[in-house]
Amino acid sequence: MPPAVEVSHLVKKFGAVTAVDDLSFAVEAGELFGFLGPNGAGKSTTIHILCTLLSPTSGTASVAGFDCLKDPVEVRKSIGIIFQDPSLDERLTAWENLEFHGMIYHMPKSLRRRRMEEVLRFVELWERRHSVARTFSGGMKRRLEVARGLMHQPKVLFLDEPTIGLDPQTRHKIWALMSELRADQKTTFFMTTHSMEEAERCDRVAILDHGKLLALGRPADLVREAQAKNLEQVFLGVTGHDLRDGDASDQEISRGRVRKMRAWA
Amino acid sequence: MKELFDFQALRMIWLREMIRTSRDRTQIAGSLARPILWLVVLGLGLGSAFPGFGRLPYTAFLFPGIIAMNLLYGSFLSAISIIWDREFGFLKEMLVAPISRSSIVLGKSASGATVACFQGSLVFLFLPLVGVSVPFWRLFLALPVMFLIAFPLTALGLWLASRMTSFEGFGTLANFVVMPMFFMSGAVFPLQSAPPALQWIGKVNPMTYGVDLLRGVFYGAHAHPALLSFSILFLFSAVATAGAVSAFSRRS
Repeated sequence: MPPAVEVSHLVKKFGAVTAVDDLSFAVEAGELFGFLGPNGAGKSTTIHILCTLLSPTSGTASVAGFDCLKDPVEVRKSIGIIFQDPSLDERLTAWENLEFHGMIYHMPKSLRRRRMEEVLRFVELWERRHSVARTFSGGMKRRLEVARGLMHQPKVLFLDEPTIGLDPQTRHKIWALMSELRADQKTTFFMTTHSMEEAERCDRVAILDHGKLLALGRPADLVREAQAKNLEQVFLGVTGHDLRDGDASDQEISRGRVRKMRAWA
Repeated sequence: MKELFDFQALRMIWLREMIRTSRDRTQIAGSLARPILWLVVLGLGLGSAFPGFGRLPYTAFLFPGIIAMNLLYGSFLSAISIIWDREFGFLKEMLVAPISRSSIVLGKSASGATVACFQGSLVFLFLPLVGVSVPFWRLFLALPVMFLIAFPLTALGLWLASRMTSFEGFGTLANFVVMPMFFMSGAVFPLQSAPPALQWIGKVNPMTYGVDLLRGVFYGAHAHPALLSFSILFLFSAVATAGAVSAFSRRS
């Protein structure tokens, strides 16, 4: 079985800025892999390369045995993604969001309907399935995105800060869902998080900064080797205490613009 | 080829657009307001000072042009909605799905053209103002022609939208693309009697042939051979679609 994710000497430059700098690692199938690093470390860029939205400057990346550059459609068939920024169509109902997702993943109607009910019940949104997504709270939208990401049963699920900005209840729920899935399926989880508490629950973590891999291993091993008290100490030890000016995500910038537009409309 | 005609993907994109449009009533208001303004104010106001062109009263001359205008606005507004999709993240959901970029462009163009045709057909309601009786069946004949005009316009809009980073860009697009395409198409005045420079611009503007075809459908009188007009619109569709597909296939 090929590694779920394999990255070899990956480099991504945006003009003069090197966002990912000679990155190499592999994630085994079935692993819960934590991808850690301060803002602007290159985590999202790497995920965007892995899910075929960006192409690498040099080096290779593959997912489920398929090359991200040469075989993008096969890669996309194998993955599910929960992006850092919301990506629902908020004018559609929960049901419609999932229905359309199933259609572009070429799920036959009977399978689609069965999975829609399963995942909606799984994230406890079945009763609200005919509500327009705009009326959902942040946590409900996140749960709907989780449902959507799982619906086509991907081999590898990417979660880019899935629990950011959520209340403890929703965060807890999302972790419970992940544990449940890990127990009975062979899904690989590839997640980024700023919560060291969450990172400690991963099978293995990679710590990244300035696009470079600084540490890789099981959380307990990393703590022991560094003779640290916990993972947070290891993290600060390898990445330093300087504050970062991570770029605002495109979303935040454009949201401002859209709001301005709305004021005029 | 299999990927190009990804039926499920096309259907999804088309259905989504229909649902979204049906939930947004402001566009319908806009597509009713434009013909009222143009046909009533310009057509009746200006028309009372002009005898009209050839055997057509001015309002009748203007009528197919106003349909073309609604097609232009409808197509471009639909195309531009892809910028919202990008800003609200839904475009990413489509881009990471196992569907080809060409099916996204084709689906968007077809759905945008459908919405535009609906908006264009709202102009039919103002037919009693025209002063020339048009047989009912000619309206049905007009619909496929309208689709053939709106499809490449939506594709062109997508192509341009792929280079725009914000929704405000629509103002620029309206000033530099939509308005010139409308005015230089023979929609408001006949190009044949215009100064040579304007005639030349009109000749390279694909809208000219669309407006001319529509006028032919309604009144049986056109300035260009129908075969030429159809060929140009098909060519326009091919070029605009190819441009939009290549713009959306680029991975940075």
